[in-house]
Amino acid sequence: MSAPTRVLVVGASAAGLATAEALRRKGYGGALTLLGAEPHAPYDRPPLSKQVLRGDWEPGRSRLRAPEALAALDADLLLGDPAVALSPADRAVRTASGRELGADVVVVATGVRPRTLPGQAGLAGAHVLRTLDDALALRADLLAARRVVVVGDGVLGAEAAATARALGRAVTLVGPQRAPLEARLGPVPAALLARLHAEQGVDLRPGAAVRGLAGRGGRVTGVRLASGEELPADTVVVAVGSAPATEWLAGSGLRVDDGLVCDSRCRAAEGVYAAGDVARWHHEGLGGLLRLENRTNATEQAAAVAGNVLGADRPYTPVPFLWTDQFATKVQVYGVPAPEDVLTVVEGDPAGGRFVALYHRDGTATGVLGWNMPKQARAHRREVADALSSPSPSPAPADR
Amino acid sequence: MKVHVDEDRCCGAGSCVLRAPEVFDQRDEDGIVVLLDAAPPADRHAAVREAADVCPASAIEVRGDA
Ligand SMILES: Cc1cc2nc3c(=O)[nH]c(=O)nc-3n(C[C@H](O)[C@H](O)[C@H](O)COP(=O)(O)OP(=O)(O)OC[C@H]3O[C@@H](n4cnc5c(N)ncnc54)[C@H](O)[C@@H]3O)c2cc1C
Ligand code: SF4
Repeated sequence: MSAPTRVLVVGASAAGLATAEALRRKGYGGALTLLGAEPHAPYDRPPLSKQVLRGDWEPGRSRLRAPEALAALDADLLLGDPAVALSPADRAVRTASGRELGADVVVVATGVRPRTLPGQAGLAGAHVLRTLDDALALRADLLAARRVVVVGDGVLGAEAAATARALGRAVTLVGPQRAPLEARLGPVPAALLARLHAEQGVDLRPGAAVRGLAGRGGRVTGVRLASGEELPADTVVVAVGSAPATEWLAGSGLRVDDGLVCDSRCRAAEGVYAAGDVARWHHEGLGGLLRLENRTNATEQAAAVAGNVLGADRPYTPVPFLWTDQFATKVQVYGVPAPEDVLTVVEGDPAGGRFVALYHRDGTATGVLGWNMPKQARAHRREVADALSSPSPSPAPADR
Repeated sequence: MKVHVDEDRCCGAGSCVLRAPEVFDQRDEDGIVVLLDAAPPADRHAAVREAADVCPASAIEVRGDA
C-alpha cells in the first residue's frame, strides 16, 4: 500500500491517543482523526481505582494530556460519538450521530467493557469501574457506605477493595480463587496479598462462586453466593472481568474472537489495525494469540501500530508488564507467568516485605515479580525478554 | 529542551529508563523516577520525547523544540 494520507483512530483513550502521538512522532504529516465514545478528553484509567477513588486527586488530574499538548497533535478530536459500523474494504466508519468517515487506515482502539452480574442492571449501589464517571459515582457511594462487597478477586477487585478499606469502610472481597490474583501471580504471592488484605481488615471470602445480586426498591442489598448464603451490602463493586468492545465490528467481516484478531503486525485486514485492550494479536515470541489488558501495552502496541501503518513491517513482541498498588504495596510483573511456574526469590526477602522473584518453566524464565522493588525488578526484565524473543512452541496463556 | 518529571504521578514503571537511561533513573527504595539531566543534549531529544509519550503515568513533560 502507498503511504497513507488519512488515518482514523477509533477509541480516544490510552491506546488511541498514543497511536496518534506515535504517528506524529514518526513523521506522519497527513490527516488524523481521533474518534471517541466518551465525552471527556482522553484520561487515564489506572488512577481511577487508586488516587481518584481515594480522593487524593481531583478528577481532572487523570487527564492524559494538557489541552495545549492535544492541540499540538493537529488531529480532529471527535468526542462523544461512538463508531457503530466499519467497512474494511473502503475503511469507512459510520458513527452514532450519523457521521460517515473515510480513511486509508483505520486503527481500532476501543478497549474493553466491564462484565456485569445477573440482576445488576439499573440497581442503585451496584457499580462497575471502568470510566471516570464510574469512579466518581462509586466514590460518592463509598463515602456514605456502611458495608461494601467487592465481587471479583482479580487486579481491579483487589485494588478497589484496598481503596475502599483505606477510606475506612467495612469491606468484603469475594471471588472464586484461593487468594486474590492467584491465576495471575501464582499461589505464593497471592497468599502474601491475601495476608496483606487480612491485616488491613478486609474480610476475604475465597473460593466462593457468586450467583447474582439481591436488591430491594431498586437498591442493592447484598450479594448472593452459590452456596445460598447472602452477603449484605449497601455498595457493591462488580469487578468480574471485561469483554472487548467489538460489537460495532459485527458485520464487518473482520475476525472477532475475544478481541479483534490480528497478525503479528497488529493488522486485522489491509489498512485495519488494532491496539490496546481490544487487540488480540499473534505474539511471535510466545507463538500464539495474546490479548493484554494493561497500561504499558496500550502505549507500546500503539507505537508498534504507528510504525507498521507507516511501513515498518515489524512484529510486535513486547515483554508484558503489569503493575498494581494495593494499600502501600507496589507489585510489578514482567512476562506472562503461569500460576504453576516455579518461583525463586533472587533479591530481598518476602518476610521483609520487599523482594524480587523469577518465574521459571522447564528451565526458561517466564516472568519477574517485583514486590515493593520496582527498580530492582526491572533490572531482571532482560532475562524474560531474551526468552520471549526466541519463538517458542508453547501456547500463550490468556491475560487477565 | 527542558524536561520536568512529576514524582507524584510516577508509578515506577521504568519505561523511561528503558528508553533514555542517560536522562532518567529510578530511586532504589520505591522505583520513583529520578531526573538525571533536565536539559539533555540534542542527540537524546528523540529518546526523551519517546520516553515522555510512553510513560504510562504521563509523568514526564517536555518543553521546547530545541
Ligand atoms: C480502574 C482501572 C485501573 C487500572 N489499573 C491498572 C494498573 O494499575 N496497571 C495497569 O497496567 N493497567 C491498569 N488498568 C488497565 C489499563 O487502564 C488499560 O489497559 C488501558 O486503559 C487500555 O487502554 P485502551 O486505550 O486500549 O482502552 P480503554 O482505556 O478502555 O479505551 C477505549 C476507549 O474507546 C472508547 N470506545 C469504545 N467503543 C467505542 C466505539 N464504538 N467508538 C468510539 N470509541 C469507543 C471507550 O469509550 C474508551 O474511551 C486499569 C484499568 C482500570 C479500568
Ligand atoms: S515511565 Fe513514567 S511512570 Fe515509569 S518510572 Fe518513568 S516517569 Fe515514572
